Amino acid sequence: MSIPRNWRTRQQRYSLKAEVCNTCNKHIFPPRDVCPHCAAEKQSWTNLSGQGEVFSYTTMYNAPAGFEEYAPYTMALVKLAEGPMVTAQLTDVDAQDVKIGMPVEMVTRKLSQEGEEGQILYGYKFRPMLREAA
Amino acid sequence: MRDVVIIGVGQTRVEEHWGKSLRHMAHDAVMAAMKDAGIETADALYVGNMLSGELGGQEHVGALVADFIGLRGIEAMKVEAACASGAAALRVGMFAVASGIHDVVMVCGVEKMTDAVGDEVTSGLATAADQEYEVSQGISFVGLNALLMRRYMHQFDVKHEHFAGFAVNAHKNGANNPNAMFQSPIKAETYLRASMIADPINLMDSSPVCDGAACVILAPADGYRARAKAHILASAVATDSLAIHDRRDPLTLDAVALSSQKAYAQARITPTDVDLFEVHDAFTIMAALSLEAAGFAPRGRGVCMAVDNEIGIEGRLPISTMGGLKSRGHPVGATGVYQIVEVVAQLTGQAGKNQVQGARIGMAQNIGGSGATVITHILGGV
Amino acid sequence: MLKPAHDVGIVGYGAYVPRFRLPASEVARVWTDGTGGLPIKEKAVAGLDEDTLTMSVEAARNALARAQIDVTQIRAVWVGSESHPYAVKPTSTIVAEAIGAAPFTQAADLEFACKAGSEAIVMGMGIVGSQMGRYVLAIGMDTAQGRPGDALEYTAASGGAAFIVGPAEESVAVYEAALSHVTDTPDFWRRAYSHYPSHGHRFTGEPAYFEHVVSAGQELMQELGTQPSDYKYVVLHQPNTKFPQRAAQILGFQPEQLKTGLLVPVIGNTYAGSSLIGLTAVLDEAQPGDRILMVSFGSGAGSDAFSIRVTDKLNEVRDRAPRTQDYIARRKLIDYATYVRYRHKLQMN
Repeated sequence: MSIPRNWRTRQQRYSLKAEVCNTCNKHIFPPRDVCPHCAAEKQSWTNLSGQGEVFSYTTMYNAPAGFEEYAPYTMALVKLAEGPMVTAQLTDVDAQDVKIGMPVEMVTRKLSQEGEEGQILYGYKFRPMLREAA
Repeated sequence: MRDVVIIGVGQTRVEEHWGKSLRHMAHDAVMAAMKDAGIETADALYVGNMLSGELGGQEHVGALVADFIGLRGIEAMKVEAACASGAAALRVGMFAVASGIHDVVMVCGVEKMTDAVGDEVTSGLATAADQEYEVSQGISFVGLNALLMRRYMHQFDVKHEHFAGFAVNAHKNGANNPNAMFQSPIKAETYLRASMIADPINLMDSSPVCDGAACVILAPADGYRARAKAHILASAVATDSLAIHDRRDPLTLDAVALSSQKAYAQARITPTDVDLFEVHDAFTIMAALSLEAAGFAPRGRGVCMAVDNEIGIEGRLPISTMGGLKSRGHPVGATGVYQIVEVVAQLTGQAGKNQVQGARIGMAQNIGGSGATVITHILGGV
Repeated sequence: MLKPAHDVGIVGYGAYVPRFRLPASEVARVWTDGTGGLPIKEKAVAGLDEDTLTMSVEAARNALARAQIDVTQIRAVWVGSESHPYAVKPTSTIVAEAIGAAPFTQAADLEFACKAGSEAIVMGMGIVGSQMGRYVLAIGMDTAQGRPGDALEYTAASGGAAFIVGPAEESVAVYEAALSHVTDTPDFWRRAYSHYPSHGHRFTGEPAYFEHVVSAGQELMQELGTQPSDYKYVVLHQPNTKFPQRAAQILGFQPEQLKTGLLVPVIGNTYAGSSLIGLTAVLDEAQPGDRILMVSFGSGAGSDAFSIRVTDKLNEVRDRAPRTQDYIARRKLIDYATYVRYRHKLQMN
């Protein structure tokens, strides 16, 4: 990811910084200029709880360029408690233990790095609820 | 608006063309189509292509191909809509002819994927998805389809093996297509044993990485009626969010539904009038979801069509009649034009062993990304 | 003795331990044919997507969950570590951004071998105690690396803790005083661009660890006029199991006082996080009025000693975030080969 793009989206990636629509009150993530639910243009910043559940998942055996060192890893569609869905990796869980409907919580982890000398990209991933895993 | 007809078609075999560049493959397809149409030149060339810049470092392929085929000077440009680039180029060509701006227009879909290595192709294909919120997380295009397939299996209580019929049908038809990448049938067991790419999607659920070029020549019906091979009865595009996570319902391809409905209305037909359907079966799950959204199966039941008496050449709705994306191959930006060439073959009785008897109306649907751009064309025989 | 003008304390605390555990017996299997004693049972190992930054963020979020303060009132974010992800580019600004403390805050990365975390706390006491700022986030976190086959490989672990230092009246535990003790003692170091540290073997004991830990602890108690029996708990830097046990004994503490905060047998030596995470385990159990003596140690060398008294607020906040033992209980054993992959010891190109 380019340096400006990484910088521009950091709050979304580190902490799921989201919006709530001033017109229909629905949560919006990632942020948009126009509400996808009611087409209104005014939104306010909000924080999401980071809680959600697995809507679907897959284990990636053939990783795209930049992710080879992490393969195999599990990707998921996570339905967040506030409504939006995100595509994200699951972490701290073995692939065979993942289930649709499993409650998960957001953590900030390393997504990728540009070699040994380039920037490190951090972002959201999801894991099983810590206290249930313990 | 003028009615538009197809007066010539051409294609190269889909394969790993190690010895040919993008320009050579485009040349072969365009020349074959010009010969088929009996023309020496054309007013314009629209090139459907997705990855020339990403994988080959080469953009500006409109002028490149126009010059290389000896038509330096004509209007030419590239049209891009991810894997739907081929059908998008056809639609641009149709605009030109229907509007009266041009008379004879060439539409060439071409893709050169094998100049890049595996993970570069994986990343290149992922440019069709949302870079900031899907791809940056580590998902590939196969992975996105795997998320859909897993959810589909869960929600509709379907097993992976139920999708086998799509791959078996595609390979059965590809076996009789000399231009197909894979020309041998497979058994259901082959499907079940295939190696995993992103579970539940295995190698036999997926279309291959390959090279290819196909071309069609368009002209106005008035003046070219005698040379027409097929009429374009409908051309419709619809869009959806790039990212699956932004969809209203990930398991409903809204853009397929919208694009199909628009096309049926333009052609003044209903789904039952369609004699064959070149479906965008880049993955078996896309075949199932497309059949549902296009109105051929109820929600959650598209996979039930993966049997011979439904989708086989003599079935209720023959699909992927020349092998589809799975067996003919999916040279991404070229696929939409291959589909049109194949529908024309069916409507002109040139489909050989795969001929759908009495085919009068054929539909081709080309999908960009995981369903964000859907372009439907309906052709009628002459 | 270091005593701020205004009383300060811990407003919130949070720990982090990664999920993976490498048994010391695995290191012995590969390097000594399984012979010889083991300094600990197992150590915590960061996963492929974890580093000092990601672990700091989670510990900080736990501390914030307990503190329930206005995060924009944090006036400094300090991360002490010997394994910052970047040699140049602060870990602390990323933490500040991730928790919402940016932009109007101080931020810096600290390094003092295993003492960098307690260093951040002492500095935080200065900011808050002088009323320059209301809160300071002080973190000690590491993904420590030992050279393959070296004695340190058995123990060099990943983990640490975060503390929000704030006014005493908001605190779950109050700092009665601190004391720092440093000398130029070359027991352990890592040169720039080196992957692994070097050390003076047995020299790391008497003149380094024991001299600094014991002197700092004794001096603080003497200046405060306290005795070991005044403390319910003692938490010491824990590079292995034996060192803190012996240092506690020399200082005059009983094994029961050391036990709760002695985590090294089950998570290893988390370097800058070591004494700090021990303190979190103690706070998870301590009751109002309990006193705690904590002494860190960093090679090179120095110790920070703290005398801490638990307030009534601790019981209110404790369960707002996972306890340290929750993290310790969440464990997946890995073998040496997986450890080699996770800790980037494979030459990939």
